[in-house]
Order: sequence, then C-alpha cells, then structure tokens
Amino acid sequence: MSTRPAAALTHLDWLEAEAIHVLREVAGQCAQPALLFSGGKDSVCLLRLAEKAFRPARFPFPLLHVDTGHNYPEVIAFRDRRAAELGERLIVRSVEDAIGAGKVVLAHPLESRNKYQSITLLDAIAEHGFDACIGGARRDEEKARAKERVFSFRDDLGQWDPKHQRPELWSLYNARIRRGEHIRAFPISNWTELDVWQYIARERLELPSIYFAHRRPVVRRGGALVPVTPLTPARPGERVEERSVRFRTVGDITCTAPVESAAATLEEIVAETAAATQTERGATRLDDQTSDASMEQRKKEGYF
Amino acid sequence: MTAALQRAELPAGGGLLRFLTCGSVDDGKSTLIGRLLLDTRSILADALQALERTSRRRGLEAVDLSLLTDGLQAEREQGITIDVAYRYFSTGTRKYIIADAPGHEQYTRNMVTAASTADLAIILVDARKGVLTQTLRHSYIAHRVGIGQLVVAVNKMDLVGWSRERFEAIVAEYRAFADGLGIEDVRFLPISALAGDGVVERGPNLGWYRGPTLLELLEAAPAANAGRRQRFRFPVQWVCRPHGVAHHDFRGFAGRVESGEIAAGDAVEVLPSGRRSRVKEIWLGEARLERAVSGQSVTLVLHDHVDVSRGDLLAGAGEGPPVSRTVEAVVCWLSERALSTARRYVVRHTTRETLGQFVEVASRVDLVALRQVEARTLGANDIGRVRLKLAHPIAADRYAENRATGAFIVVDEATNDTVGAGMIL
Repeated sequence: MSTRPAAALTHLDWLEAEAIHVLREVAGQCAQPALLFSGGKDSVCLLRLAEKAFRPARFPFPLLHVDTGHNYPEVIAFRDRRAAELGERLIVRSVEDAIGAGKVVLAHPLESRNKYQSITLLDAIAEHGFDACIGGARRDEEKARAKERVFSFRDDLGQWDPKHQRPELWSLYNARIRRGEHIRAFPISNWTELDVWQYIARERLELPSIYFAHRRPVVRRGGALVPVTPLTPARPGERVEERSVRFRTVGDITCTAPVESAAATLEEIVAETAAATQTERGATRLDDQTSDASMEQRKKEGYF
Repeated sequence: MTAALQRAELPAGGGLLRFLTCGSVDDGKSTLIGRLLLDTRSILADALQALERTSRRRGLEAVDLSLLTDGLQAEREQGITIDVAYRYFSTGTRKYIIADAPGHEQYTRNMVTAASTADLAIILVDARKGVLTQTLRHSYIAHRVGIGQLVVAVNKMDLVGWSRERFEAIVAEYRAFADGLGIEDVRFLPISALAGDGVVERGPNLGWYRGPTLLELLEAAPAANAGRRQRFRFPVQWVCRPHGVAHHDFRGFAGRVESGEIAAGDAVEVLPSGRRSRVKEIWLGEARLERAVSGQSVTLVLHDHVDVSRGDLLAGAGEGPPVSRTVEAVVCWLSERALSTARRYVVRHTTRETLGQFVEVASRVDLVALRQVEARTLGANDIGRVRLKLAHPIAADRYAENRATGAFIVVDEATNDTVGAGMIL
C-alpha cells in the first residue's frame, strides 16, 4: 500500500475503520456478545467487518438469527452456507417455536411475524445470557433510528427509552450494565444504503440471489409490487404479472416487497441505488407506514 | 445536472466531514438541515411526500422542513428537539454526517455529545434576535470541545428585509465575543433556511453578499487532522490470539490509530509499562500494510513478546504522553445528580477503565457571563475545572493537543450512566 496522508482516507475507509472500532469495543467490553446475522446485505457487511476486526482469530461471539419462518429459502440457504464457510457458530431461534409454545398468538395465520421477532430475540438473549447484540441497523433507515446511540442501552425487559439515552461522547462507548440488561451495538450506524452497496461492491461480497434482478410473479398493491408466494397469494381480482425485480431489503416475506429492476451486477445496483427516488423502507416495507411513530414504538418494546 | 447523476457520483478525495448545527431554540436548525438535504437532492420522493402530508395535516401552507429531523414522538408533541439526530448527505466530492443538536438549555448535554465528534460547528443566529445567551453558550462549548472551525449562519434574513446592516451588526457583536474567548477561525454568512438563499443555492435576495454559500464553505472545510502533524497514538482494544495450528504464534494488538501514523519497523513503547519493541507487521483483515495512518483500524504485531493488553497505549518510542494517577481537567457534568467528591466513579480513558475520585472542584463556568466562578460541586449541564485521583495510572495527552487521548468519560457505578465528559488540561 502506498503512503498517503490521513485526509485521503476515502469515506468508505473511514466508515469501515469506525465500524471495526465499534466491533472491537463490544469484544473488549462485553463478556457474552452475539452478532445478529440474517443473511441480509447489512449483516453481510457486518460479517466482513468482523473478519477485518478479528482475523486470524475466530470471532469472539456466535452468530444469531431470529427466524420468522417466513424467509425466502434462498436467504436461509445462504445464511447457513456463509456461517459454515466462516467456520463460526450459528444459533437459530425461531418465532415458530414461540407460536408453538403459546408465547405468540397470531391474529391471523398469515400475519407478518416481524414484530414478534422481538419476543424470540429477548428469549434467546435470556437463554444464552447475552449482554450485547450487534446489529446492522443504520440511522438513515428511519427517523427513530436516526436518534439512537451506537451503543444503545436496553433494560431488563429489552426496552429502549429514547428520552433517557446515555450520552455518547467521542468514541468512548459505555457498555456497563446490570444483570438482565443488555446493549444493542450498531457498528454501521453512520452508513447509508448507498454506502452499504458501495462497500459490498468494493469488497466483492457474496449475497443471496434475490438481491439481484430476477423474474418473479407479482401483483400491484397500494403502489408496491407484492411477490406472489404460498404465504402471500394473489387476492381475488388481482392480476398476476411476471416482472424483473430485485429486493432492496430482505425480511419477512409477508411484508417485504421487491422493486422493479434490471440491475444484475453490483455496479448496476450501486448506480441504481444512487439514482433511487424512493427510500429503502418506503419502497419495500409494508409494515412501517402505519404511523409516523411505528418504528419508535416497536423499538421501545425491544425490536431491533 | 439531474438529481440522479449528482447522487451517483461517489465522494472521492473529500472524504468525510462531520459537523453539528447548534444555537438557540427556534432559530431554525431543523429547517436548515431540511434545506441542506432538500437542495442537495438528498430527500427522496416518498419522504418528501410524507413531509407534505404531515405539513398539510397541520394546516401549514408550505412544507415544514423541520419535520424531517424531529423523529421522536415527544419531540413532535412539543415541537422541540430533545436528542441528537444524525443525518447524512453526500455531494459529488464529500460525504457529510450532520449532528442535529438540541437548542434547549435543559439538553445541553446532548449538544456536548454532538460536539464531541464534530469537525465543524454551524452556529445559527436568528437575524431578528441577534446574539443570545444560548448562542454564546453553544459557541463556548463548541470551542471548549475542540471544534476548530465555527461557522456563524445568520438565519431568517428574509424576516429582516435581507438587511446588510443587520447582518454586519451581528457579525460585529459576535466577533467581539469570539475575540474575548480566543476563538480564531470563525466564518460568517447570511442565509434564509426557509427560502433557501445562501444555503446550497445563492438565491436572488443576498446580492450584496460576495462570500461562499454554506455548502461551498462545507465543501472547502479541511477534514479533521488535515495538515496537523500529530504523534502516533494507538490504544489497544483487543488482543488477537488465534488458537488454530496455522497461527499458533500469532499475537496481534487490535486498535485504531487515533493520531499520527505507524510503519513496519518503527520503534514503539507500551504505556503505562514503558516497555519497548518494534512493529513487525501491520494487518487490516487479510491485507498486510506497510503503514497505517490516523483513523485506520488495524492489528499490529510486534517483534518481541512484550506484555500488552486492552487498555494499554502504543506510542512512538520516547514520544509517549506522560503517565499519571492525577488529572486536571475540565468536566461537563451530564447528570441530574450532582458531582460528589465523596464518591468513587468509573473513569474511562481511551480503552482503559479505572476508578477515580474528584479531589477538588476548582471552579465552574458561569455560562451566562462566561467567566469562572467559585464552586464546590457541579450540577446538570455545568462545566467546571476539577482535579481527579485515579486508582491506576493513565497515559494521557492534553485535550487541546489530542482529542482522542485527552478525553475521558465518567460513569456512575451505581446507575452505570455516563455522567461526565472530561477534557484533560
């Protein structure tokens, strides 16, 4: 590598260095952390950053996935393969189990299970005694997230109190907690959707195939393209079309919509993201738009 | 240039600039941020539509740009900013992180939080009201926290008839205050965040003003550390000891170069022990680097088997900061429960944590008169001078010389809350 002055670090270099620093602070301060890995693009970045932070040693934490049971099979296959390739331990806890145990009662069998993830997550935290969970949330995703600290304190019920957050100064993060409480740590807080794609392109990171343009049966519903799947069948009177689409975000099938796209390479996705006229959540999430405060409310209750 | 093209160009040499906006309540901070985002085409269509809907529902004629940043329910209820919000935008050359800090006196600690990581501060002044106590208080804090570049944006020029005289009167008043504090780098500009003049676009109303727009000023602002020669400082975060056969003898010290730079072969010392060695290898992931510069997170391998653990500081041999168990500092107190000289606190300096006790509160800053007054303790949002005794020594620079190795936080052992922000004198 050639010599260059500090000012010449590109913004991606800087974001990467900050994220590595945050990951190492979690490892240095917490006894029992876990890294949330869903197979989605943000958590794929987290895994790459963890490699840069901790290799050649193993990660000082297991990977944890809270499976809603409503994930695309390609994503689950990718998740398992990636964890195996990295040689890291993957813990999967499933919302299905919480439903089976009567801890979650669905209002409707095909209801989005996204909001029930927090129940399974908090159970997993208690079961394993995790004192920190590392997540790939970004502040650019949503207004309530824009307010959250990099090290976000959660009480013994997993709740976030936005009015009483710990002041977070310089890069001196405070992960001290009492038994039962935990920290959510967000190494890529300062990244935007475009930064994530630029980083994935720069590092040539592998992703689940559904992030790239592919043909898929969809119906148009309320401005969004809704994929037609066994969990989300077409409604009477709706016309099923096959369109070239890709997912900007992956999550619960019942509430994640693809966008129309022909972008088949990382470079094409970077260009398309840069030119996007809809926000990531606005274009693709069907469950965030209930009210201005829906995300804040869910975060207060323990959601990621 | 179309919006799409403008966003597609990736920041290259300009890197990243972090700034905060501050000033008094209702001086238009949130509107200014909304304007910056809107005019750099960083607000996407659906977010803008949501903004229009909410504005209409509230019976407003124009889009209320401030609605973009007040993200908490309690903030929308009260129409004020309580906590720091972080926003992002990017031009053809640079990526920006904005910290939108609250103006309310009650939330001064959140302003300190935002200021601690900023390279530049925009201080808003309402052209009708001129320089207020809160303007001075925020300027003082920004200066104290070590922000080198202050930009005073005289906002709401539309409400004073775009008056040059009014602008110049405010400049003169502020300059007198800044000179008194020894603040050197201050830039002034007239703007209207509401109308947009002077922010990203020059606008039609400020013909008499020949200086840069706010965005031009941000684009040209030097990034942190630029042009500043600083000594090598590397707080160790984590010791990398793989147990696999392939890397049996590998022992790396993971951390971030907080200042200066380091190359393979350089002589280093480990503080506080004072032991010396040489850098054998520098790793970033699987890549081996010849050198690492300020801001980079890397892993260093040394030639000798010296004892190094989390909390230690690596510095250039013979160039390390002094190691001491007593510290003189300026502390900003962040908690409702006053500082107590009878209690022990946890002090966290770089990656090192130790217990400490305040042995003396020497004085407190009167944030209205901006002078030191006698004090025994510090209450919420107070800033004062203290002396601390620590259970274990720390290797610390003066804050004025190094923000990373001159800063510490104070944590209350009982609540685990961060209660103080310290800057070593």
